[in-house]
Amino acid sequence: MPMKMIWGFFKGTLTLVAKGSRAYYAWVSCLLVLIGIGVLAYIYQMENGLIVTAMRDQVSWGFYISNFTFLVGVAAAAVLLVIPAYVYHWKPIKEIAVLGEMLAVSAMVMCLLFVTVDIGRPDRFWHLIPKVGLLNFPQSMLAWDVVVLNIYLVLNLTISVFILYNLYHKREPNKAFTTPLLLFSIPAAVSIHTVTAFLYNGLAARPFWNASILAPRFLASAFCSGPAFMIILFQVIRKYTRIEIRNEAIFKVAELIAYSMFINLFLLGAEVFKEYYSGTVHLAPLQYLLQGLKGHSDLVPYIWTAMIFNVSAFFLFLVPQTRENYVTLNIGCVLVFIGVYIEKGMGLVIPGQVPDTLGEIYEYAPTGIELLVTLGIWATGLLVYTLLLRVAVPILTGEFFVGEDGRTAVIVDTEFIRRADHLAEQSYRD
Amino acid sequence: MPNQESRDNPAFRMSRRKMMKGAAAVLGALALPEREAPASVWESFFQKHFREMSKPELEKVLARLEKEYSEKYRKAVKVRATPPVEGVLYGYGLDLSRCIGCRRCVYACVQENNPSRDPQIHYIRVLQLNKERGVDLEDAEHYYNPSKVPEKGHFYMPVQCHQCENPPCTKVCPVQATWKERDGIVVVDYNWCIGCRYCMAACPYGARHFNWKKPGLPAAEMNPETHYLGNRPRPVGVVEKCTYCIQRVRNTPGRYTACVEICPVGARKFGNLLDPESEIRYIIENKRVFILKEDLNTRPKFYYFYAT
Repeated sequence: MPMKMIWGFFKGTLTLVAKGSRAYYAWVSCLLVLIGIGVLAYIYQMENGLIVTAMRDQVSWGFYISNFTFLVGVAAAAVLLVIPAYVYHWKPIKEIAVLGEMLAVSAMVMCLLFVTVDIGRPDRFWHLIPKVGLLNFPQSMLAWDVVVLNIYLVLNLTISVFILYNLYHKREPNKAFTTPLLLFSIPAAVSIHTVTAFLYNGLAARPFWNASILAPRFLASAFCSGPAFMIILFQVIRKYTRIEIRNEAIFKVAELIAYSMFINLFLLGAEVFKEYYSGTVHLAPLQYLLQGLKGHSDLVPYIWTAMIFNVSAFFLFLVPQTRENYVTLNIGCVLVFIGVYIEKGMGLVIPGQVPDTLGEIYEYAPTGIELLVTLGIWATGLLVYTLLLRVAVPILTGEFFVGEDGRTAVIVDTEFIRRADHLAEQSYRD
Repeated sequence: MPNQESRDNPAFRMSRRKMMKGAAAVLGALALPEREAPASVWESFFQKHFREMSKPELEKVLARLEKEYSEKYRKAVKVRATPPVEGVLYGYGLDLSRCIGCRRCVYACVQENNPSRDPQIHYIRVLQLNKERGVDLEDAEHYYNPSKVPEKGHFYMPVQCHQCENPPCTKVCPVQATWKERDGIVVVDYNWCIGCRYCMAACPYGARHFNWKKPGLPAAEMNPETHYLGNRPRPVGVVEKCTYCIQRVRNTPGRYTACVEICPVGARKFGNLLDPESEIRYIIENKRVFILKEDLNTRPKFYYFYAT
């Protein structure tokens, strides 16, 4: 019987994701085209080798790993919703926490894809599987990362599917099952950031990364970028679907971003002070990033853009008037997202390798192929999130549920993306 | 080949085999790469880690590789897996007062070790430094190219793998594809490396190189005397490095590394650190010696010294 029920649910979701308004089809097709382009670019890379990227021995990690690092941070969005929702039982957020968990799932999928496209021999992925291959655990921080990222992915997927499956059956999810998992997801989120920071932090050969402040900085900036994305997304969701998200939930998340951004900027300042005031040979990478070194200054305009964006966003989120005004709030979200993307992406990964360990300066800028593959992966992440929402939203609004027979799915919502002003006129009959 | 006896237990091997069978069924549906014989493609896909292979398994692999390389380069290629010589720990000395920066070592190494010519991979990087500034890497000139060396006011410092006693590169490898052998040489199993390049990030000496492209190695220039962990031809997408010419130094009687042999001024010294009578021990005990980036505690077995 349960097998049949699960099968019914699964079949229902398949029917559901294939149905939608014109806007939904257009959006999904657009993503599929971008994914197709990304796949073609990746095939080209596979045939020619990673030489088609701008990475070389001097700078052996580039745009892919930068995106990976940033997205590990985005996955934190979930935990910033889980803490107020399930630890403090704050109702406005509790209702939408599952959306954050699904964002974490999508971000993790993108992270794993970015690592896959970066490695030279993806055909040997099985060497990483414990017992089958030879995972260097607990020695290698990358082995730790493989473990914690996969745990975090499975954890969030399990929680969100379990909650949604129960709501689909119109019953409260069993707390004895969800609560421990939700509580565990908090340290798990911290662990993915910490381990990813340690991946860089542990390398004595790279003074720019070999700073103890790196892991705390990672956490602080992670609590900015993911939630900023969530705030914009909440507005989109409540505009185009029947889900209601209250203003106070959005403003609370914005307030949390302000605090995180303050800590992030403070830690960055501490790092800058230490390097510049002591002025050792370890200053070079930071100089390359902030001022340019020996006439090489590709990253300088980007990092200052990031600085200005982050500081402006901090003030926008700090002052209640601008935080609770949707124009300034959304500007702040965009600024944070771009600012952290630069700072935690290329701004972190590249200066660790410039100048290289023997003092050579190689200026890295991604090639067209790297940009296309990256675009394809972002489109994949957005597609995963869209499909998850396609199922979750009607369940949360009660427009997708199990029928009288306990097996067949009832689909009321056949449109998914629709204009808010039409929502009132729509009835549940279709 | 350390740990050869303590390889996997039968249960472990069974589960691997089962798992691999399943994986093979899935992957079988995918297109096989053309040109190569499918059988050898699968054999290399499922090849075990070097240190996990039993003796017969290893012999089979070596035979397969010899056949593959001999066909590809149209000459009789030998692939050996000579184990470390007992009681030997290799050490290297480099006399900075003698080196003239001629880069003959760089090219002798290329001839010996079969790295890619296109794009070029060099295990040795010779840095041109200013006498006034001393060993200041931020000030190093990597691509100096005068008609005559040495240039006035400069000295030269070749850098290659330091074969650290405490290697940061092997620690970080997520799949144990690189390790330190008992004779102190840090090696890579090119058939196990996944190409994540974490070891390149970890190495403080820029000693690790990646095959960004299918290595361009002309058949005429291919050195057919090879070692599995050393100079055998490399596939695309894996990391490689200096192995102190493992294919030469482990033979009995051993041979000096190509860079030691070629040096026209005798700036390069090589020997057994465990032998109190060796030249390298004499240098360490009697000359002004330093190691690069001592503060990182990597404990290199590559000693720079000033003989005069």
